Amino acid sequence: MTTPVTELTYEQAFSELENIVSALESDKHSLDEAMTLYERGQELAHYCANLLDHAELKVQQLSGDELVDFNPTDEQS
Amino acid sequence: MNQLPLFQIPSWTVTDLTRYLRELLEGDAILQDVWVQGEISNFSRPSSGHLYFTLKDSGASLRCVMWRNAVLRLTFTPRDGDAVEVHGNISIYEAGGQYQLYADIIRPIGEGALYQEFLRLKARLEAEGLFDPARKRPIPRWPRRVGIVTSPTGAALRDILNTLRRRFPIVDVILAPTPVQGDDAPPGIVSALRALNAVASPDVILLARGGGSIEDLWAFNDERVARAIAASAAPVISGVGHETDFTIADFAADLRAPTPTAAAELATPNQEDLRTAIADLTQRMERTMRAILAVRNGELSHLQNSLQLRSPRARLRTDRQRLDEFIRRAGIALKHSLQLRQTRLVGIEQHLVSLNPLAVLGRGFSVVSQPDGQLVRSTAQVQAGDPLNVRVSDGQFGVQVTEKEN
Repeated sequence: MTTPVTELTYEQAFSELENIVSALESDKHSLDEAMTLYERGQELAHYCANLLDHAELKVQQLSGDELVDFNPTDEQS
Repeated sequence: MNQLPLFQIPSWTVTDLTRYLRELLEGDAILQDVWVQGEISNFSRPSSGHLYFTLKDSGASLRCVMWRNAVLRLTFTPRDGDAVEVHGNISIYEAGGQYQLYADIIRPIGEGALYQEFLRLKARLEAEGLFDPARKRPIPRWPRRVGIVTSPTGAALRDILNTLRRRFPIVDVILAPTPVQGDDAPPGIVSALRALNAVASPDVILLARGGGSIEDLWAFNDERVARAIAASAAPVISGVGHETDFTIADFAADLRAPTPTAAAELATPNQEDLRTAIADLTQRMERTMRAILAVRNGELSHLQNSLQLRSPRARLRTDRQRLDEFIRRAGIALKHSLQLRQTRLVGIEQHLVSLNPLAVLGRGFSVVSQPDGQLVRSTAQVQAGDPLNVRVSDGQFGVQVTEKEN
């Protein structure tokens, strides 16, 4: 039912992490539920940090109605 | 034969003639208050601080000089090739035999006219409500996709990409290339904005161009561009020219940035801030988890303690203690008392057996038990007619319950 963390966008993962922390702080859960939330939260935090570490800017260009890869050698200095 | 003229034609000295000409020119009101337009050449600025240059066009040239005190009031630096308008008066530099324009104002040509046009258009669009603050859309906090409308070969694009790479490399970037100067620029910008919204659906668009003169930036004062910005589905951040340049596009945009780099910064969060946010949340999570575990632990301990106080074993220990007290009071040394305390017992009958009851029994106490060996301590355990066993100091005998009384 829950999406695997690796399939989330950064925004989705971070948003879920925020919700988990709020849920834990509200203290309305059983110990079992809290542990599950905590584990998911740790996974999300590591995923987000990892995304930032390994991200490379992806640049594309409009060509008519199509998106093509942007070729930086088109730039003149 | 020499023929002498009848009247001597007066012969001027050079000085007198020159002075005559000078006075002629200086007496002409028009020539004392002229604006002249032309192109600057032979520009020179010696250490005296005065300016010397020639104003020319295709038909003629005019020597000019501007004295230092007027030069200090200049707001821009003229250069060879500049098209300018110069104000001053015409006179003659006698020693050089040169008529000159003595300049007191120089301004770039056309700047006045362009600026007026800019003000007119701005006023008109403002009256229409195109620049209304209420129309301005908020810039999304974390865009997934950033669109850029700019020249593919300019420094603006390079600066923007470097900024995005540094701050927020997880974002997708779509470039819609367009000329940003000249007649092709306004329709190019309009079509780039439309295509970007239609094909790529970015979360925010950066409209950018590097620095330049008012003429260079003129495309961004075009009405078509302003309307295309207002019609853009995605919010637009303008980053055109330098900090002090304001174009119509800047007023129409949802947010104005002073430079292309600043536009990229306004569109994205800084990844350092993101990392801090993740660390904060992780800390809170761990702190909360520890607190939860501590509370649960405390609850468990509390429960454990209560359980121990109420357990059968606990009651046995209490009863055992009472029995020991009783026996001690009876004055009997118990050889097995230590063993008794260390042994884990479940039934009272087991620990009673290890006691030496003889002395107790000798005093008239007896031990009553059921046929299965269970000790009788309460009336609740027996009914009238039940067979029971009585042990006294020298033996035991059977009895039967007659009646009971609580």
